[in-house]
Amino acid sequence: MANRIPDNKPNGPAAAALLAGGIGSAIFGLIVLFSEISESFGAALNWYNPVGPLSGKSTLGIAAFFIAWAVLHSMWKGKEVNFNSISTTALALLAIGLLGTFPPVWHLFIPE
Amino acid sequence: MDMTGREVWTVIHGMVFGFIFLLGFSGALYGVYSMSPEWLTAEGMTKNVNMIKAYVWGLALAAWAAVISGTYIVYPWYRARPPEGTTDFATFPRSLLLADESTAGWHEFGMEWKEHVAFLAPIAATVVAFVVSYYGPTLARKVGERRALMIFFIVSFAAAAVAGLFGAFITKAAPVR
Repeated sequence: MANRIPDNKPNGPAAAALLAGGIGSAIFGLIVLFSEISESFGAALNWYNPVGPLSGKSTLGIAAFFIAWAVLHSMWKGKEVNFNSISTTALALLAIGLLGTFPPVWHLFIPE
Repeated sequence: MDMTGREVWTVIHGMVFGFIFLLGFSGALYGVYSMSPEWLTAEGMTKNVNMIKAYVWGLALAAWAAVISGTYIVYPWYRARPPEGTTDFATFPRSLLLADESTAGWHEFGMEWKEHVAFLAPIAATVVAFVVSYYGPTLARKVGERRALMIFFIVSFAAAAVAGLFGAFITKAAPVR
């Protein structure tokens, strides 16, 4: 039964999507963190006044995800890559994204 | 039964788009988990995968719709600054929360976390949807890929759950009117 399920797809495109998700999340988390540490950086991300700095932060984070995805996909299309190490890296980057969006983490870097 | 336009949009953002994602998560997670060649025939797998593909793309779209409607429609009403001299902050939720020390934490911790962490949900959900679509039935043979996808999906759910939970609490403390 299991033998009838195809196993002929290279893992490159899947690894590219996963790593791009990690990169997008980490870049978003770091942008959020830096915008909290630096008021001028945060103010520079105010690209649409009704939304405030969140407009710049979210646009950059989403752009980082899609650009990283496009680049990695073109690099790894049709290729076999080391999925385990890439997925571990992607999950670590995702964790950085989570930490960067958590307010108590910001306070570790903001001088009292 | 009357609702303002702002309240309707708040409901669409949280109770429609957000709720669809949170409610649908467990089914989609089980769908990915159950893609095991020992559990299904090849025909069953193909049929199952087609359903899961539509399901996870639907959830990813719901997550994007929730963050975009939240950020660009509801959030500007939440964070609007009251004119100088305003004493009634009922229609300025952020200012209402910050005006009282006992409620300021809802903004300073709850809203600050919610508005940022929510963006990780659609990113991670899109990754899951793409990989499920790309592999199709082949995903059944990819144990490591399925494991990584499930972790991404759980993180996506956790991010959306934090956003949804704080959204509900903040709306209770200071509704967008």
